Amino acid sequence: MNWTAISMFLLFVVFTLGITRWAAQRTRSASDFYTAGGGLTGFQNGLAIAGDMISAASFLGISAMMFLNGYDGLLYALGVLAGWPIILFLIAERLRNLGKYTFADVVSYRLDQTPVRLTSALGTLTVALMYLVAQMVGAGKLIELLFGISYLYAVMLVGVLMVFYVTFGGMLATTWVQIIKAVLLLSGTSFMAFMVLKHFGFSTEAMFSAATEVHAKGTAIMAPGGLLSNPIDAISLGLGMMFGTAGLPHILMRFFTVSDAKQARKSVFYATGFIGYFYLLLIMVGFGAIVMVGTDASYRDVNGAIIGGGNMIAVHLAQAVGGNLFLGFISAVAFATILAVVAGLALSGASAVSHDLYACVIRKGQATEKQEMRVSRIATLAIGVLAIILGLMFESQNIAFLSGLVLAIAASVNFPVLFLSMYWKGLTTRGAVIGSMSGLVSAIVLLVLSPAVWVNVLHNETALFPYSNPALFSMSLAFLGAWVFSVTDTSERAAQERGRYLAQFIRSMTGIGAAGASKH
Amino acid sequence: MTPEDIDSICKHPDFKQLVRRKQRLNWSLTLAMLVIYYGFVLLVAFSPSTLGQSLSGGVTTVGMLVGVLVVLVSFGLTGIYVYRANNVLDPLNDKVRQECAK
Repeated sequence: MNWTAISMFLLFVVFTLGITRWAAQRTRSASDFYTAGGGLTGFQNGLAIAGDMISAASFLGISAMMFLNGYDGLLYALGVLAGWPIILFLIAERLRNLGKYTFADVVSYRLDQTPVRLTSALGTLTVALMYLVAQMVGAGKLIELLFGISYLYAVMLVGVLMVFYVTFGGMLATTWVQIIKAVLLLSGTSFMAFMVLKHFGFSTEAMFSAATEVHAKGTAIMAPGGLLSNPIDAISLGLGMMFGTAGLPHILMRFFTVSDAKQARKSVFYATGFIGYFYLLLIMVGFGAIVMVGTDASYRDVNGAIIGGGNMIAVHLAQAVGGNLFLGFISAVAFATILAVVAGLALSGASAVSHDLYACVIRKGQATEKQEMRVSRIATLAIGVLAIILGLMFESQNIAFLSGLVLAIAASVNFPVLFLSMYWKGLTTRGAVIGSMSGLVSAIVLLVLSPAVWVNVLHNETALFPYSNPALFSMSLAFLGAWVFSVTDTSERAAQERGRYLAQFIRSMTGIGAAGASKH
Repeated sequence: MTPEDIDSICKHPDFKQLVRRKQRLNWSLTLAMLVIYYGFVLLVAFSPSTLGQSLSGGVTTVGMLVGVLVVLVSFGLTGIYVYRANNVLDPLNDKVRQECAK
């Protein structure tokens, strides 16, 4: 049992539950629940977005990748970061001007509500649940290691806290938990990077040269290795990371928490800055760890492997630079990170059920806010229970591929149709539904046939689909499906849908008629 | 919005100018970002040795500098966009909203 870590984590939990209580008193309407009343500033939202992106997976995973392969770890970081300017230039403002609670509001703006909301909700739930399971399993393993509590309790603890934050505090609590965690993680990582640089006399050259001297791969860690040697794989991975971010429902939802397009724009600016800064820090953490953790026998077990596995590199480095107290702090922050991210995921999944499925499809817009909020709370509870069950079921499965590949699915099922609905007059309901579905089905099928699942999980001889990332193919299929089935759609409904584009275009450009912040 | 409103906004010279400027800014910056990022990805795929060259005789490589630059340029481009949008597009947008809300 790691008592410093546990007490720091308890402090975090007590504090965030206090915030949830405060947020619960301010969460009265559906708009409060889904979007914190639309009253956040660009800076706050930017921090929350950055918090969503700098998850435990990126903090522990990317630093571990740099520790093992050096430069290749940076390639992942850059892919995620490079998506943000594109989101700003093409999506953020139009999304804010057109939508209210979920990105399905935008896609269904001029299309037929029922089929489009059904497919968008399916896309949201698939992405949110897969991501949630990956986070739950990762969280359970990590907490087991860091805090010495059993996997079962760890998963249940994460599930219960997540449901608490979301059902009582809605988006306001979810956002503030995310902001606090982002500040803690950014400060903790800054301290680690500073201590690493101090160790090397504030010379990155000294750090890199010490790292190449002790690393088994020598100077090869300073250049791209075998990770992206195949151009098709490289482009496919790049596309998946870049546009996958723009298809993550819990990220898209954040654009509705600010008052207008101007604040949405500012939030991406701040978010890009924080995410970029964080990844630059990870270079110090990863390369510093090669020397400060890799050469220290006390961090290795009798066989010479890193204690707790490769993902524990950043945690070991915390102890190396700041002793047991700082180790406790970083462990608590890692736990907090997982909590904050799963809360956002649960909220986006719940909103797809209550807003898109219940209020818009089942009740055809006739549900009262009270009914809609009740359904969203029940949905959150159901998602929490489902996440715990799935987390326990997949405990011993190798699902490391899941969290990375969720991006490829998001890039195929959500992004193409969202983009076309805003930019292409010709998109019709038929095109949107078939586009989403072909993206979803092709992404999942190609994933199953890829080396990560077909060979590593299902233990077949050779993969039927040779590339590790399907995004290039599944995204193209989604765009193609949406295009073909839109241009061949000669129905009366399709003509009306095309006719409504101009009004949508004016609103997306100018914000005339856009949903504003609720006043109270 | 009534069909007449839509028609009058579309014909409004300020709206036309707003659309033209906004689209030019959006697409030129998008293109710049895509070229930078996929240029980098293709360099990694086709010529990793270029990135592996020593920067100035030491251990630090060209690739490390390029990686850091991609981060800084990404942030820089969002900065340019926000600056232009706040100072040029927003005043124009406010004008359109005022005149068309009448």
